[in-house]
Amino acid sequence: MVKKIYFQSIFFSLFFIKEAFAAESGGMPQLNPEFWISQIFWLILTFGIMYLVLSKLILPKISNNLESRKSQILENIEAAEKQREDSDAKLKEYDEIISKSKLEANSIFNQAREKALKDIGAKREVLDKQIDNEIAEAEKEINALRKNAPDKINKIAIDTSSELLQKLIGAEVNNSSISAIVDDLSKRNGDKYYGN
Amino acid sequence: MAANPMSQFDVYRIGPEIKVGAFDISFTNASLFMILSTVSILLIFNLGSKKNSILPNKIQLLAELSYTFVSKMISDTAGSKAKPYFAFIFSLFMFVLFCNMFGMIPYTFTVTSHIIVTFVLAAFIFIGVTVIGFIKHGFGYLKLFVPSGVPAVLLPLIVVIEIISYLSRPISLSVRLFANMMAGHTMMKVFGGFVISLGIVGGWLPLSFSVALTGLEILVAFLQAYVFAILTCIYLNDALNLHH
Repeated sequence: MVKKIYFQSIFFSLFFIKEAFAAESGGMPQLNPEFWISQIFWLILTFGIMYLVLSKLILPKISNNLESRKSQILENIEAAEKQREDSDAKLKEYDEIISKSKLEANSIFNQAREKALKDIGAKREVLDKQIDNEIAEAEKEINALRKNAPDKINKIAIDTSSELLQKLIGAEVNNSSISAIVDDLSKRNGDKYYGN
Repeated sequence: MAANPMSQFDVYRIGPEIKVGAFDISFTNASLFMILSTVSILLIFNLGSKKNSILPNKIQLLAELSYTFVSKMISDTAGSKAKPYFAFIFSLFMFVLFCNMFGMIPYTFTVTSHIIVTFVLAAFIFIGVTVIGFIKHGFGYLKLFVPSGVPAVLLPLIVVIEIISYLSRPISLSVRLFANMMAGHTMMKVFGGFVISLGIVGGWLPLSFSVALTGLEILVAFLQAYVFAILTCIYLNDALNLHH
């Protein structure tokens, strides 16, 4: 198998060599100097003109285009960056305002609450005093009433008993003796009736 | 004519014979394709640079991509000092590329398949680079032939080798392009001939080879233009930034 490939390759190489020789018999047109000068002349002419036009007119334009695009993109990026910074600053400012107003609102609320508490305290004090006064007056009145009560009761008791005696006996009774008895009784049983 | 694979490289006169003194500068098919290449280059890049829109259209994109491609190639190999030579290397790359590519169209003539054309370009580059080197470094440019860190015993030999390699630059540069173009086109012609001679029965195999070779040759056409330009950049780098 290897041998076969080997011989085949030799056969094909011989074939190619024959082909190459056939070409050689016609000669390489490249080595024919007939048109060398013409080729050099036209090469210098065309390449020279192309070089001049490219270097003077076209390449500067392309480089300009690339530069301007680059600078424009950079500018846009810069502008975007600046706007972002601006918006960040604005956001910060906004946050500050919000927190400040929150604080202010808090302090106003606190003040109002304190004031209200103070008002309530003051009013309560006034009311307490008034109530105390009224209570004191009422107590005084009650005391006065209580103090006068035994005398009146005694008097009622005397009157009632003298009238009762008159109706029962039909004779005048000395008021002073009755009052002595009542006094005596009230002194003995006063505690039971008045709770003092 | 069709049988001989070398006949595609024939140069023939178009129109009358033009003579300036003893020199024949007649218009030939080679001249025609040089003009075609340069005119299409100028046309494409003129169209590509006309409008300056932020979003480039296709032709503008093509021009700008070519521009950045070549400018990156130069700055990568020869540094920022090579900027003044950008236009020349750009023209060189485009000229070689378009001549190679025009040669890929059937029945056309490949300008760069002629040793005289590539040699003139290479010789111009060689002389230009040498002149630039001597202008920039004076006789210090000769230090190029004396690599640093070489033992003194070997130095004479190394210097001779360096000088030979330097002097063979235009030859290697021109022969590389010319031989690649010629060999590729000859091979395609040979396989095309096989298609005819083997006929409808056996012609399919060389035909498929031909198709594959066409793709390969288009690649080679681009690659050789790139190699030509990048070697120019490397020679320019030697002249601008003396490393030895």
